[in-house]
Amino acid sequence: MSQTQWREIITPKKKLISLNLREIWNYRDLLFLFVKRDVVTIYKQTILGPLWFLIQPLFTSLIYTIIFNGVAEVKTGEVPPFLFNLSGVILWNYFADCFSQTSDTFKKNEDIFGKVYFPRAVMPLSIVVSNLVKLGIQLLIFLSVFLYYYFSGALNGPSLGVIYMPILIILMGISGLSLGLITSSLTTKYRDLVFLAAFGIQLLMFMSAVMYPIEMVAEKLPVIEPYIKYNPLAVTIDLARQIYFFDGGLDLGVTLLYPLACCLALFLIGLALFNKTEKSFIDTI
Amino acid sequence: MSNLMLEVEEVSKLYRLGVIGTGTLSHDLNRWWHLIRGKGDPYALVGEENKRTELGDSSFVWAIQDISFQVGQGDVLGIVGKNGAGKSTLLKILSKVTSPTKGTIKAAGRIASLLEVGTGFHPELTGRENIFLNGAILGMTKKEIRSKLDEIVEFSGCTRYIDTPVKRYSSGMKVRLAFAVAAHLEPEILVVDEVLAVGDAEFQKKAVGKMKDISNSQGRTVLFVSHNMAAVRSICNKGVLLQNGRLTHNDKADTIVDEYLKLNSEQLVKNISYEDDPKKLENEEIKVLNVSISPDVPTIEDEVYLNFEVEVKSNVETINLAFDLLNLQETIVFGSGDKFKKNLEGKVHVSCKIPANLLNDDVYLVNLYIASESMRPMYQCAQVVSFEIRDKVRDYAYYGKINGVVRPKLDWNII
Repeated sequence: MSQTQWREIITPKKKLISLNLREIWNYRDLLFLFVKRDVVTIYKQTILGPLWFLIQPLFTSLIYTIIFNGVAEVKTGEVPPFLFNLSGVILWNYFADCFSQTSDTFKKNEDIFGKVYFPRAVMPLSIVVSNLVKLGIQLLIFLSVFLYYYFSGALNGPSLGVIYMPILIILMGISGLSLGLITSSLTTKYRDLVFLAAFGIQLLMFMSAVMYPIEMVAEKLPVIEPYIKYNPLAVTIDLARQIYFFDGGLDLGVTLLYPLACCLALFLIGLALFNKTEKSFIDTI
Repeated sequence: MSNLMLEVEEVSKLYRLGVIGTGTLSHDLNRWWHLIRGKGDPYALVGEENKRTELGDSSFVWAIQDISFQVGQGDVLGIVGKNGAGKSTLLKILSKVTSPTKGTIKAAGRIASLLEVGTGFHPELTGRENIFLNGAILGMTKKEIRSKLDEIVEFSGCTRYIDTPVKRYSSGMKVRLAFAVAAHLEPEILVVDEVLAVGDAEFQKKAVGKMKDISNSQGRTVLFVSHNMAAVRSICNKGVLLQNGRLTHNDKADTIVDEYLKLNSEQLVKNISYEDDPKKLENEEIKVLNVSISPDVPTIEDEVYLNFEVEVKSNVETINLAFDLLNLQETIVFGSGDKFKKNLEGKVHVSCKIPANLLNDDVYLVNLYIASESMRPMYQCAQVVSFEIRDKVRDYAYYGKINGVVRPKLDWNII
C-alpha cells in the first residue's frame, strides 16, 4: 500500500486560540451568500423594503431629540441635537445589532450546525458584514443630514480625522461580535446569561454616551464619570463626534489606542471561548 | 489494494445521560478541578457500554467505543447496525459536527457529509438562490456551483419553478432540489446518512444510481449508513457492523448484511418465553396462555400453523382475534382474523393455517390484536412471536435470495 498524504486529521483536542483564516477564506463564498441571504430576506414581502433601514435610526433620533434634548434639556453644544443623536444612534445600532444577532449563534443555527460542518465562525462573521451593509445605507442618510447643516453653517467639522472612521466602525463591529461570541459560547450549556445579555445591551447604551456628551457627565455627576470615560464604546462614539463636528487633527488617533486595545482583548477572549465551544456544543445545547 | 483514503483509529465518544441542570454544573466543576490538578477526566472511567435497553449504573455512556477501520479509494462502505448502535454518532464525528472524546481520524481528502438533504434552505429565497446557498454550505465554491447549475436544475426536474421562492414548493420538490445539489458535490470522501428514505420510488432509483456512479466511475469513496439492507447490498462493496457502540464485524458488504440479519433473527426467532415478561402477556381482560408456531422450523414448502391460546377473564362471550404478519423491515405482509366464542373454561384456542409456498425465506414477526365483538380493543401485543422460514434446496441454477416480501409458487406454462 502506498503512503497516503493525510489532508485532514480529526482529533479531540484543539488549540485555545485558532482562527483558521485559510479555512474561512476557503468558505468566503458561503460568507458572501449568508450576507446576501440576510440582506435580501430581511424585508421580503414589505412595501418599503430597505427604506426601513433608514426609517429606524431617523425615528429613534427624533424621539431622543424630543425626550433628551427637549424634555430633559441635555445640552449638545453647537452641534444640532438631532444630528448629534443620529451620529450616536447609527454607530450604537451597529454595535448592538452585531452583539445581539451573534449572541445566539449556536442556539439559532443548531439545525445547520448539527448536520454539516463549515467553519462556525463564518456565521457570526456574516452577521457583522451584513450589518455593515445596513450601516453603509444609514451613513448615507447621516451624510445628507450632515451636509444640510454643514451648508447652513452650523458646523466646524469635519476634521481630517475622517480617515479614522473605518477603524471606528470596525471597532464597534468587532466589539459587538466579541461580546456576541462570548455570550453564545457561554450559553450553549447554561442558558442563564441569555437573559443578562438581552437587557444588558439596553443598560449599556445609557453608559455609552449615545444621547449625551461625555463632558456633561463630568459636570453633572462626577461620581460615575470614570465608568463612562473608560467605557471603550463611549470613547469610540465620542471620538466619532469629534471627527464629525469639530476641527480636531490627526492626533485624535492616540485616543484610539485605548478602545483598540480593549477590543482586541475582548476579541481574543471571544475567539478562545468560541473555539472551545464549537467542537462539541452540539452535544450539550 | 487501492489507496487508503480514510483511517479511523480507536475513536470513542462519551455522552452524558439525563437532563442538563445543577447536577451537570457540579460535574463540570469536579472535572475542571481534576483537570487543573493534571488528572484525567474522572467521568471517562465510569462510562458504560452503549446498551439501550438495559438500565445502567452510570449516567455516562460510550456511544461508540474504540472504533477502528480503514477505507480505500473507490470503496463504498456500508455502516449497519440497529437503532442506537452508534452509527449516527460515528457519522457526526466523521463529518466534524462533533468531536470524538478519544481517537483520531485521518482523511486523505475533503470529507463532505450529507446527513440531511436541504440543510440551510431558506424558504424566502428562490430555488436558484438556494442552490448556491446549499451548495456553499456543503462546501462547494460559487464557481463550482455555477458551472454545474444547469445540470443540477435538470437533475432536480424543477426547471419551471427555479425562480420561485422555495416556500411555494411541494415537499417532494424541495427534496429533489436538495438532493440534486448534494449529488453534484465532488468531495474525495462522501458521507451519506439515510437520505434515501425520503422521496418516491423514481427518485430513490435515481439517487441509488447516482451513488453508484460516484464511486464506480469517479473513484470516490463513499460511507453509507442505512437500514435498507437491499440498498447496502447493491451499493456497497464493504461493510462494518456496529453493536452497542463497538465495531464487531468488518468484511464484505454481503457478509455484513448476512451478519446483521442473523443478529436480528437470533434475537427474534424464538417463541416468547412466558417467564421473562409475564406482564406483557396479561391485562385485566385477557391472558395469553400460549402462542406457537408449528412446525418449529418451517421451510417454504411447509404449511405454517400459528396457534393461539388465550383466556378471556372478563364476561365478554365472543372475541375478535387477529394478527398482522410483518417482515423485519416491519412491512405488514398481511393481516388476518376472525370471531371466536370462548369455551366452557373461558378460553379460546385456535389455529390459523398459512398455506405452503406463500412466504419467502425470511424472518417474520406476529403482532396480536384482540377486540370485543363490537371491536372495542381489549388487548394487543407487538411481536408476540417471530419465526423464520428456511429455503428449500432449489433444483434450478439460481441460489441467491429471491426478492420479495412473499414468494408464492405460481404456474408457468409453455404456450
